[in-house]
Amino acid sequence: MVDIRLASEISPFHIVADSTEPKHLVTPGSLITKETGFMRGHGTYMQDDCLYSSVAGVVERVNQLISVRPLKSRYHGEIGDVVIGRVTEVSQKRWKLDTNARLDSVLLLQSVNLPGGELRRRSAEDELAMRQYLKEGDLVSAEVQNIFNDGALSLHTRSMKYGKLSQGCLIKVSPSLIRRQKTHFHNLPCGASIIMGNNGFVWICPTLHEDGAGGFVQNLETVPHADRQAISRLRNCVTALAQCKMMIYDTSIMHAYDASINAGFEIKELLLPDKIKEIALMVRKQFEMEKE
Amino acid sequence: MAEILLSEAEKAFIHHGVQDDLRCDGRTRLDYRPIILETGLVSNASGSARLRLANSDILVGVKVELASPSPDKPQEGRLEFFVDCSANATPEFEGRGGEDLANEICRFLQRSYASGDTINLAELSILSGQQCWVLYVDILILECGGNLYDATFMAVKSALYATQIPSIKVATMDGDQPELELSDDPYDTKRLNTENLPCVVTLMKIGNHYLVDPTPEEECCSSSGIVVAVSGNKKITAVRKIGSGSLHPDSLVSMLKTGSDVGAKVNKTLMIKLLEEKNLEKSQKVGFMR
Repeated sequence: MVDIRLASEISPFHIVADSTEPKHLVTPGSLITKETGFMRGHGTYMQDDCLYSSVAGVVERVNQLISVRPLKSRYHGEIGDVVIGRVTEVSQKRWKLDTNARLDSVLLLQSVNLPGGELRRRSAEDELAMRQYLKEGDLVSAEVQNIFNDGALSLHTRSMKYGKLSQGCLIKVSPSLIRRQKTHFHNLPCGASIIMGNNGFVWICPTLHEDGAGGFVQNLETVPHADRQAISRLRNCVTALAQCKMMIYDTSIMHAYDASINAGFEIKELLLPDKIKEIALMVRKQFEMEKE
Repeated sequence: MAEILLSEAEKAFIHHGVQDDLRCDGRTRLDYRPIILETGLVSNASGSARLRLANSDILVGVKVELASPSPDKPQEGRLEFFVDCSANATPEFEGRGGEDLANEICRFLQRSYASGDTINLAELSILSGQQCWVLYVDILILECGGNLYDATFMAVKSALYATQIPSIKVATMDGDQPELELSDDPYDTKRLNTENLPCVVTLMKIGNHYLVDPTPEEECCSSSGIVVAVSGNKKITAVRKIGSGSLHPDSLVSMLKTGSDVGAKVNKTLMIKLLEEKNLEKSQKVGFMR
């Protein structure tokens, strides 16, 4: 199947809903205010007593502090965030992970759970065998433990729910679209599990039946067809929400999934631009109905 | 193409998906990702096209110039290709990193268009042995999202379809030098017959199956593949093998057959869309603003 569309056939998606007021959107170099007496926060700069924006985003004002929150930026880490990272380097007593931040994040050897219990002392043999646990290209789910002076994040996987990720599908979205929630690990009713990293990496995998992914054992068996369909559909729903700049959290993903099933779309139809727009509109309508 | 790191489990997931005929995004092995096409957006080129195949973005501009034909082919015009991989496309293209890929695509374009089945270069001749049209086709790769060959060839075909060559008449013969008269009317142009221009199908082999239109993750899982240029009348004009792995002769033959079938479908759909765009009343150019 080949689908070719003309650019003029694609109508734009209106990001802001008709009933809500558009927020104060600015672009780099645009004037925010001429009044003095404001403190300038991130994303702003002062020139000739006027406050200008240096990024494209939404103006946020907290009392006297004006800052601009960019719509698309690198991940800015906070302690306690759940992130998903890919190992890029194995060095002495630490792994370097790519987490879509400005610097590679660091996973220290003493911050991971090794087989044999948590209180085992890290020996020289552990150091030499690091590559057997995590090598370049592996995906890990972890939590931010600490932030170094230069801004690099220090991660840890000292809990059974974190660890090396097995079979599944990774989607990269902008970090600003991931909402902060109590838990970022969800077992969805459609037969797949989802991990929403605060750094914009969303991991969809088949639901694990044994508890915890904290070990380093990987399950390489074939995933059943029904699970695979659920994973593909979820992947397309998340990509559709990200393209329409809607917040991604478990409720919005499930609304999009249900909307796509109710409308009878095939999984590969969700890649088409007009279907993406329809799904986003249906999710938005669902939210408006729930509010009433 | 861009190097992506993948874990062993992700590669296994992709392998099993290909076996199951259900890829990560729900496509079957022979489905393309959605394509968005626009022609005529570069106003100072004789023909142009922009094609988006998911994340891959290609911009093609065609300029026509007068020149003397090559001595071994005095009755024919010429087509010259130039590919530029912009450093914006992916970090690997920084500096001179994109040159190898650009040269490969350029050479494959020349080979695919060399056959007389694709384009009738005699149409470009003005005065045999003395003057002919030369079409300079410039391709700019703006974003690399996998499957660059397919996107480039489709964009080139669209740009050549939209190319308008000014009408030219040979006036008096002033001794040896002929005088060429260019028409005053800017809309007095002719278009080339682009029915048989080749479209390319990239087939990557993963396990025992092969797929069409691979994403960068799928390209990383595969060790070998072929790129087949199929013309409008279902003839294969060029084949190239990519990747470091080996191919069994039987699988090569079946891949060529599949490639030619898929290529015919792509050609047909593309020609229908290009005709539709030509017949559009309004000429609102979308360009890059969306």
